[in-house]
Amino acid sequence: MYRWLLCFRYLRTRYIALASIVSVMLGVATLIVVNSVMAGFAAEMHDRLHGLASDILIECHTSGGMPDPDARLKEIREVLGDRVEGASVSVHVPAMLGIEFNGQLITRHVNLVGIDPRTYDTVSQFGQFLLHPDNQSQVTFDLRDEGYAVGREHFPQSGWGYRRQKAQYERLLDEERRRVDTALRQARARAGVVAPTEPADDAEQGPSMAFGVSSDLFSPGDADGPQAFDASRDQFPGIVLGIATCSSRLRDDAGEIRDHYYCRPGDDVRMMFPNAADNPKVVNQKFTVIDLYESGMSEYDSTFAFVRLDQLQEFRGMIDPASGTRSVTTVQLKLVPGADLNEARDALRRRFPPDVYAYNIQTWRDMQGPLLAAVRLETTILNILLFLIIAVAGFGILATFFMIVVEKTRDIGTLKALGASGTGVMSIFLSYGVLLGIVGSGVGTIGGLLFVRHINSIAAVIEKITGQEVFDPTVYYFNSIPTIIDPLTICWVVAGSIAIATTASVLPALRAARMNPVQALRFE
Amino acid sequence: MTESEAVLQACGIYKSYQKDSLEVPVLRGVDLEVATGQITAMVGRSGSGKSTLMHLLATLDSPDSGEIRFRGRRIDNASRAERDAYRNRDIGVIFQFYHLLPELSAVENVLAPMMIGKSTWEYFVTRKQARLRAEAMLDRVGLLHRATHKPRELSGGEMQRTAIARSLMNSPSLLLADEPTGNLDAETGQDILKLLRGLNQDDGLTILMITHDDSIAAGADSIQRMRNGITQGNRPRRIA
Repeated sequence: MYRWLLCFRYLRTRYIALASIVSVMLGVATLIVVNSVMAGFAAEMHDRLHGLASDILIECHTSGGMPDPDARLKEIREVLGDRVEGASVSVHVPAMLGIEFNGQLITRHVNLVGIDPRTYDTVSQFGQFLLHPDNQSQVTFDLRDEGYAVGREHFPQSGWGYRRQKAQYERLLDEERRRVDTALRQARARAGVVAPTEPADDAEQGPSMAFGVSSDLFSPGDADGPQAFDASRDQFPGIVLGIATCSSRLRDDAGEIRDHYYCRPGDDVRMMFPNAADNPKVVNQKFTVIDLYESGMSEYDSTFAFVRLDQLQEFRGMIDPASGTRSVTTVQLKLVPGADLNEARDALRRRFPPDVYAYNIQTWRDMQGPLLAAVRLETTILNILLFLIIAVAGFGILATFFMIVVEKTRDIGTLKALGASGTGVMSIFLSYGVLLGIVGSGVGTIGGLLFVRHINSIAAVIEKITGQEVFDPTVYYFNSIPTIIDPLTICWVVAGSIAIATTASVLPALRAARMNPVQALRFE
Repeated sequence: MTESEAVLQACGIYKSYQKDSLEVPVLRGVDLEVATGQITAMVGRSGSGKSTLMHLLATLDSPDSGEIRFRGRRIDNASRAERDAYRNRDIGVIFQFYHLLPELSAVENVLAPMMIGKSTWEYFVTRKQARLRAEAMLDRVGLLHRATHKPRELSGGEMQRTAIARSLMNSPSLLLADEPTGNLDAETGQDILKLLRGLNQDDGLTILMITHDDSIAAGADSIQRMRNGITQGNRPRRIA
């Protein structure tokens, strides 16, 4: 009893010891905050990565892809049985995107993906990242009238309305240019200057980019030939661009985040990609942007462009003229929840051994392995460093306790003279250490949890004070700091710091226990 | 009450301290008997080894040779637990410098021996009786009105009274008093002595008082003297 009484009294009267547990408190609070933010970040990333990528991805590396995907799918279903929940085939091809912007051409390297709109959403999240609400439920690859990016500020006008206005404006501009040209030519003729022959103004082909597109590659919407194409009524094959391929996110003078779009739904863009022949040629095809894709993962948003699978297969010549079967480059699988992805992947690898098939079979974790591992490593290192901080705090407790033991020498002698055992005296200081650990980590936990709870408002306040963005959405694509509080982690942190505080008090407590009562009593 | 019955006996106590490589003998053959129900005074000058003897008798230290018996049972070489129990239950100790615990109030200080002697649970169950007894002890030394005061709020005499109340808490059969008045003015010292004498007469408490002051020892039932580490009548002897 006396040990509890005394250690509570010491706790209340020795403020120096309370000071020494502030470091425990701060360490615990920091650990909780860091772990929550890292967990939130990792979970958000996990979600996004997993949502974007299907569970298992089978890529065929040959340029012609894998023929007859239906038969392949059947084999895959045989291997995996009823674990397959959804499957979708697609064509991935590296491509160059050309955007006309203010009369100049912006080129971007993109990953052009031909998807089957019906099945693609079953294996990975796609529709939900589109800007038009109707496309989010069912993407059609046809330009919508309007209503893009509802609720998004500063999003430029998009859709058919914009396309018609633009077409009209361009027609007027053309007429004006022609008028000026004619006037110029007449003036020159009058002055006797021979005008240089001008290249035909061919808006459809773009400046000096003619790669010899055969007219049969144009989409049915363009069936009447380029001459009959009317931009105000017709569209090229639809394409969904990753939002970062055609926009840049900047901070304006007022410090606000603004997106600048090089093109928007309703604009036409050009894609150049190799066809599937053994002697590949570049296919140069115009598409009409029908929507933008914003997943929040900059890697995806800045490299992906989606078109209809059947159109891409046509453009690339992936249809066997004799049998009419179509080839694909990628099979994406979604397994039932809880299925062992690695095991499924290994089964598929056994069925399609890499020395026979040029297939690359990966789970989504394999694909994002380095990123996930990096986040894990970061979390681990931060945890180690922060636990070192608590260990340093432990040494603080050690030193403080030695001081207290020296200060309490006489009391220790008195207690022993009253019949207290060495263990009893030791337990005073041990329980004191435990109590300090509990108080320190308790206050630290509460502080940490409060911090995590209000982390976004805290970040806002810090931003206001320092003028520095703490969590820059241009970098992270999250609008707020994601946090997840894992009770198990908190338990570990609290247990760890209490253990450290207790360990630190063992030596002083032993010293107190071994103290010779005669020496102790002699001090005056 | 028979005079021959000794509650505490010390016989041939030898104790030396090691200072660097030099052996400094402090007690060189001390014989002592404390008769039940009496006040025994051990008188010696400062540095004659009185306090050392007191520590040995309280088993806070052990002699190099010689025996200490409590009620005929040897305690100087008893196990640690036995010695802890002996200090807690069989004897009460008061010091020249009171040695109260500064964090505890007077009544809590008085309660300390009981808290030490019992497990947390035992104490918790009997805490009401313990408190009553502590208050009774404080009342006995005339300090009930200061029960909740901290030691720093008490005067020297009050602190010594509190220490006496504390030493009585577990109803010891022997009170060891080491210069109980050494730090007090004459008048307060007399009050303390009066209190001790009262305890002896009214409650039959056996007291061994160690002092340098003959006038204090004068009131004792028997007086033993010590000089240079030996009780008078004894020859100094050497231990090989």
